[in-house]
Order: sequence, then C-alpha cells, then structure tokens
Amino acid sequence: MTEKYWKKSSRIWPVLTIAGFLAALISSLVIPAEQEKVDQTPYRIVLAVLTAVFLLRYVFGFFNEKLRTKVNHEAQLYLAVSFLILSWDLLTTKSNTLLLPFFPGPAQILQVMTEDYKTLVISTFYSMRLLVIGFTLGTVIGLSSGVLMGWFRQWSYWLFPALKILGVIPATAWIPIAMICFPSSFFAEIFLIILSVWFPVAYMTSSGIANTPKSYFEAARTLGGGQLFLIFKVAIPAAMPSVFTGIYTATGISFATLVVSEMIGAKAGLGWYINWAKGWSNYAKVYASIIIMAVVFSIVMAAIFGIRDRILIWQKGLLQ
Amino acid sequence: MINNINRKSASENNVESGSKNNVESGEVRIENVSRTYIDAHGSSVEALRDVSLTIKSGELVSLIGPSGCGKTTLMRLIAGLDHPQGGALYLDAEEIKTTHYERGFVFQQSNLFPWETVYNNIAAGLKARKVYKQKKHEIAEYITLTGLEGFEKSYPHQISGGMAQRASLARALINDPKVLLLDEPLGALDAFTRMDLQDKILELWTHRKTTMILVTHDVDEAVYLSDRIVIMTPRPGKIESIINVNLPRPRVRTDPEFLALRTEILEKLHLVSSRKDPEFFI
Repeated sequence: MTEKYWKKSSRIWPVLTIAGFLAALISSLVIPAEQEKVDQTPYRIVLAVLTAVFLLRYVFGFFNEKLRTKVNHEAQLYLAVSFLILSWDLLTTKSNTLLLPFFPGPAQILQVMTEDYKTLVISTFYSMRLLVIGFTLGTVIGLSSGVLMGWFRQWSYWLFPALKILGVIPATAWIPIAMICFPSSFFAEIFLIILSVWFPVAYMTSSGIANTPKSYFEAARTLGGGQLFLIFKVAIPAAMPSVFTGIYTATGISFATLVVSEMIGAKAGLGWYINWAKGWSNYAKVYASIIIMAVVFSIVMAAIFGIRDRILIWQKGLLQ
Repeated sequence: MINNINRKSASENNVESGSKNNVESGEVRIENVSRTYIDAHGSSVEALRDVSLTIKSGELVSLIGPSGCGKTTLMRLIAGLDHPQGGALYLDAEEIKTTHYERGFVFQQSNLFPWETVYNNIAAGLKARKVYKQKKHEIAEYITLTGLEGFEKSYPHQISGGMAQRASLARALINDPKVLLLDEPLGALDAFTRMDLQDKILELWTHRKTTMILVTHDVDEAVYLSDRIVIMTPRPGKIESIINVNLPRPRVRTDPEFLALRTEILEKLHLVSSRKDPEFFI
C-alpha cells in the first residue's frame, strides 16, 4: 500500500513552489507584453495572492505538523503548476507565439473574467439552478422507480424494458423534441437532466435491491418486520452502495446534458455563454466559462462524495 | 446457581420480569413434517421425512446430526421462513404459517445489518414490530445484559464475531420471543469465545425460561447446555433418537457422567454418519 503523503520532511520543494509563483509574477511585471491590449492587472493580483498563500502555508507549517506534511506533499505539484502558468504566459501575452484568438493567455482570460463577471455569475447561477433541480428530481425519481422495480415483479415487468430502451439513448438526443414539448427551455432542460440522471440511478437501485443477500430479509422477517420494514430498513440501505455508483455515473452524464442543452436551446447558463462567446470569436470568454465549470462541477462532485461518505460510513471498513 | 453472572443489576431484573408470561407458553409441536428440496443439480433431496417432536415450554433442546440431516430445515420451518410439504408445526395452539417475532432466530453468521450500529441493530427488533417509541428504554438494558457496553456506536464490521453474536442475541431477545431458535450461533467462533457465550446463553435461558432450540455440531456444547438432545440422521432427514440430559447445572465438562454422555452421543453419531472426515468437535 502506498503512503498518503510523500516527501514529508522535504525542505527545498515548498521554497521552490513559492519561488515558482514569484517568478511568474516577476516575469509578468518585467517582461514587456507583445499583446499590448491585454490588461495584466488581474493576472498579477492572482499571482501575488497565490504567492502569498503559499508563503503563508509554508510559514504556518512550522507550527503545525499536519499542515507541513500536506504542504511538503503538494509542493512539487504546485511547482509544476507555476511553471505551466509561467510558460503559458510567455507563449501568449509576452511573445504572441500561440495562435489568437483561439489560444489566449492567462492574463487575458482573467481580464475577461473580471470585466464580464456579472454575466458569468448569472450564467453560473442559472446553470446551477438547473443542475440542482434536475439532479435532485432525477435522483428521487430514479431511486423510487428503482425501488419499485427492484421490489415488485409487476413494476419490473413493465418498467424495466422501458428503462433498458430509453436508458441507452443519450438524453441530449431528445433536445429538439423537448424544446417543443415544454412551455419553456427551462422546463425542457430540467426534463433532459432528469432523464439523464434517472437511468443510471434507477438501474443501479433496482440491481442493488435485487442483489441484497436474502439472509438480511430473513433476519428482518424473524424480527417481525413487515413489507415496509423490509423495503425501507433493509432493501434500500443494502442497495445504497449500488445507488451511489448510479449517482456517481449520473453526475458526469448530467454535466454533459446540462452544457449541451444550454448550448443548443437556452438563453442563459454557462453552456449558453460558451456558445455566445464563440459567436463573437471571444475565446478568452470560452476558457473563462470552462474554468468556472471546472471549479463549480468539482464542488458538486465533492459535495456528492461527502454525502456518500456520510451515508456509507458503515462501509468504510470494507473499502479499506 | 450459575457461577459467572457478573452484572446482575436492577435493570436486568426488569427485563426478566417482563418475560414472565413465557413460563406458561412457548411449546413447539412438530407433527409429521416432511420437506423435499430440488438441489442445484436438479435432483430432489428429502430434507425431512415424517418428523414429529414436541419441545416443552421453557425447554432447551439441541438438534445434532451430520450435514444434510435436516436440522437447519427444521429450524427454518419453526421460524416460518419455509413451509412443510406435509404435516404441520404449532406454537402453543397456533399453527405456524409465517414468520413472527415470537419465534426469534439467531443465525450462524450474526446476520446483523451492516449499515446499522450495534445500538440500531438491537433497536431494529423494536422498529420491526413498531414498538420502538414505547420500548426504546429497554435497549440499554439489553446492551448491558449481553455485555455490549461501549460498543453501541460501533458498526458490525468493527466488532469481533463473538460481540456480533451477542448483539444478534440481544436483537432477537428484545422482542421477548416465546421461542428462541439458535442455528449454530457459535459455530464460527473460537473455542474460548464459544465457551463464554455458551454460559451467556445458559444465563439468559435460566433467567427468562424462554424455550430454546439449538442446532449445533459441537457435542460438548449440546451436553453442556441442553435438557434434551435430538440426534438426527440424513437422507431422508429424520430423528434417530432423543437423549435426556439429567445432569445438574452448572455442568462440569470433565465430570465422568458428562464424559460418559458425550461418548454415548458420539458413538451414536458415528453410527449414523458414513463420512470419513471428522465433522464433530470432541
């Protein structure tokens, strides 16, 4: 088994990390820009903040062993990140080597982010609203139909074939139909996200219930448990690991469905923003939207993993 | 009377007084029961043929016999987890049709719900019959009774096999069953834990006088615990003989009478078993 942290007692790497970001900052300040229109201030502020953060982490690490271990462990990775940013900046803003407008520099992307932050915030809000509503409803519908299919033979008989056929169709294929069937693009997009989440969650829930060891049901029955007890206290908890596999799969699919449906049918959201910026050939904005997606979707993913770890805490020993 | 009662608290007495009615009821009658299975290869296996047996209220009876003699099948029929093809089973005057909390079951593998803590596993018995709110104060008493203090918040994978079986016992007992069915509950445990839990079972039985039916592979265990030992034979599964154990309790495993009885049972078992590999612990 590999250790969680390495280079625990490293001395040089955390210093080099700080130096790396400082070098990126200095090069931005000293080397004259080839792309003269770019406002480098936001980029420089971000670099200064990052340098300060790494410096503070390093200093506090002297008083906190846990933090020091973490800082030392991550030092090489962040050093590489600083090199990447530095060379990216040199290849774009500083030397104009990469082709514009398709490959803007970090300074330019941060510039449009600050200039257009209102639209970006609103777009993020719209996307998240869709995702949260669609994902929650999709999970609830998937979970309940999965339980019905896993538990009742009749439900399985009628619903499972539909699930199998509809489930393999990418939800985005329904975009043209959803757009005319629903009163607004908002409802159409919600429907598409529900559809994309429903399939993996329902499938994994029903198979999780079907694979529950019989002995748990027998134990519950000898304790006097009725049908409701067997469903809610045995079948569903036993299926939870499987349900979360479904939810995890659904997360990725729902991101894709969200972005694609926003690109095609919507007038708001991060997907729409990308398409709109592309129309103006403003690729810096495209990257800005992509970066925000990376951050926001990572947060969503972390939240889902957090919920999973809480619910499946009883399984921890099995996972190790 | 029993030498290893360490914690006989007031709360324990409450639990006992709550089960007084079990002294009068809890008689299991098995009348001409037959059960045939189709096994994985498609051939039929006669697990039980025309088995009749009456287990008196408050009695501790062991079922012993080689694999395939139908002892587990019989337990499942009494529990109501399975149905006979011929004959009938009764608890007191009532015919056994399905499962009921009055017939508690302790499985070979503890069969605790892995997603619940020890506390919630024991509470599951109360929740299953919808009396959790009225009776949840009893959970702590049963945790003390089975010696699980400090493990309430542990999950089943975090506790030892012996602890898991204690929790499993508590989960079944909290429903105050008339009959407790113990299907090789100690079979998977090491010798010391097994002896420790045998005393625990005996202690619970002495106080509560619940009818107990125990399936075991361990002759020593059967002699140590039982009022009567039912020896069964396989193919088709039926009762070979019934031995009364009239030794006073607490029984001493090195007592000559104990040893003589054990030898008698082992001889009977070797007569009925054609297997070459040893199946019984000596």
